[in-house]
Amino acid sequence: MSFTLEESPTTGDEVITNYTINFGPQHPAAHGVLRMVLELDGEIIERVDPHVGLLHRGTEKLIENKTYLQALPYFDRLDYCSPLGMEHSYVLAIEKLLNLEVPLRGQYLRVLFAELTRICNHMLNMGSHVMDVGAMTPNLWMFEVREDCLNFFERASGARMHSAWFRPGGVHQDVPQALLDDIGVWLEKRMPTLFEDAMSLVVDNRIFKQRNVDIAKVSKEDALAWGFSGPMIRAAGIPWDLRKSQPYDVYDRMQFEIPVGTNSDCYDRFMVRVEEVRQSAKIIQQCLREMPDGPVASDDRKVSPPKRAEMKQSMESLIHHFKLYTEGFHVPAGEVYVATESPKGEFGVYLVSDGSNKPYRCKIRPTAFSHLQAMDFMCKGHMLPDATAILGAIDVVFGECDR
Amino acid sequence: MTVLHSAPRFTSNEGVLAALTKALGSKLVSGHEAHGEVVLTVARAEIANALRQLRDEHEYQQLMEIAGADYPDRAERFEVVYMLLSVTKNHRVIVKTTASESTPVPTVTTLWPVAGWLEREVFDMYGVIFEGNTDLRRILTDYGFEGHPFRKDFPLTGYVELRYSEEAKRVVYEPVKLPQDLRQFDFMSPWEGADYVLPGDEKAEGDKK
Repeated sequence: MSFTLEESPTTGDEVITNYTINFGPQHPAAHGVLRMVLELDGEIIERVDPHVGLLHRGTEKLIENKTYLQALPYFDRLDYCSPLGMEHSYVLAIEKLLNLEVPLRGQYLRVLFAELTRICNHMLNMGSHVMDVGAMTPNLWMFEVREDCLNFFERASGARMHSAWFRPGGVHQDVPQALLDDIGVWLEKRMPTLFEDAMSLVVDNRIFKQRNVDIAKVSKEDALAWGFSGPMIRAAGIPWDLRKSQPYDVYDRMQFEIPVGTNSDCYDRFMVRVEEVRQSAKIIQQCLREMPDGPVASDDRKVSPPKRAEMKQSMESLIHHFKLYTEGFHVPAGEVYVATESPKGEFGVYLVSDGSNKPYRCKIRPTAFSHLQAMDFMCKGHMLPDATAILGAIDVVFGECDR
Repeated sequence: MTVLHSAPRFTSNEGVLAALTKALGSKLVSGHEAHGEVVLTVARAEIANALRQLRDEHEYQQLMEIAGADYPDRAERFEVVYMLLSVTKNHRVIVKTTASESTPVPTVTTLWPVAGWLEREVFDMYGVIFEGNTDLRRILTDYGFEGHPFRKDFPLTGYVELRYSEEAKRVVYEPVKLPQDLRQFDFMSPWEGADYVLPGDEKAEGDKK
């Protein structure tokens, strides 16, 4: 951190002028490349001006120049901590425009992996939040869980992080039964042990509570006006979860509860995420129990490619495959806004199609953008070290915020 | 049309369009429902009033997103699209208005504080001006950036690239130099709307004249 004095302070103690410090863009507690210009009165924050966009890559413009399928991997690279959550909104938006049915097993697999992504994301966020306020050990333990999740993604899609596994019409490939069995075993023993051990160090910890309780309290009205979503709005006491209220895929069959906060501070935001991990584990277990056999992707060959074995036998399949991977599929003209409950909150895709094989406009609604905008309002009157706790509880990832 | 997809299912759109058309009255330019979305187009001057009415009288409490879109062929080339969400009615509507480079859109920062950055982003990317937004700085592009990158006539490669210069001991901007042309693959089927001009076609055109 570097700081500049706005005016040179007087020699006596009669006047203390406000001064401005520059937080970031490279700072371990900035969760990426965030630059914040903080105006301080002593150690009290008067004003925060976050400068975002240092990771802006023009994803939306690139998407306009790619076919629908080629644009999919860009979504993994938005929120690189929860890649499948990002893909989910995009494939659902395409399916809504196409009015395409997804086979039941495909829907179950998507829900299962979306929840695994949620666990994976929360492990990183909670770990770094705890580390931002001074504890080291829980982060290391939770990274074990995250590593396991990434290994599961690798076994399903071949890639640890950028899976590109959800596809319009279903998922790319079926998973082996051994993987589902292993996830079940993992949820029985290893995951709860590691996670609850880590939590036992944190949730009642005096230092952790001192740093988080009553920090950045946000009323229900403010949470609505500032466009909060996900754990941020639930911590404010509004039981709003898109998985419950606007169910997609097979979430309407899942039995889970929505944790809400009572005090709407950073501690509640953390605790909402803790409970969400437990609920996600419940959803995954239900998916494993109920998952039917059958195809994992739509059999509409104008959208989803045929099996490789089929291509060796059938000329038509070969043509379909070739056309899908060169020209791509055409999406009927129209516009939709599809938002899903990503681990960080409402992640939306506003997709405009002109009837061709490329999106005319693809606006991505990141969760962190509106949350980060509220930094100024949440930090006002708090101490400088509280800024890192507030930032940690927002759960920002700049791949998604800056796009 | 039967709903086959598994995208988020919110409360039915039935009757919403008729009710909102009636309520907004002359503020509304047009409204339609397609692909399960209610889309309302509102006159530019009335957008803040229309959104206030939707928020206060029709329970659309949250402004989730403001998107810009560019249609260079139109007289007013930009669309500003507001995504509204009602957490009590569990419903979404899309409200939009049109604008050109020189016609400012009334700000909605007075209704939702969240609109501040969302409007800044539309301004940054498209150059739409929001009248009344007190902090209309660029947000996502670089300090000192020129142009509005998401306009359809802005090239995908941009105009400048930057590198660290050892001589100047700082990052310098230079015009984009590509060792190989940016390739735009067009795989549109010639039977479906693609308009290819093959070399020699102009001769046939010339004969007709």
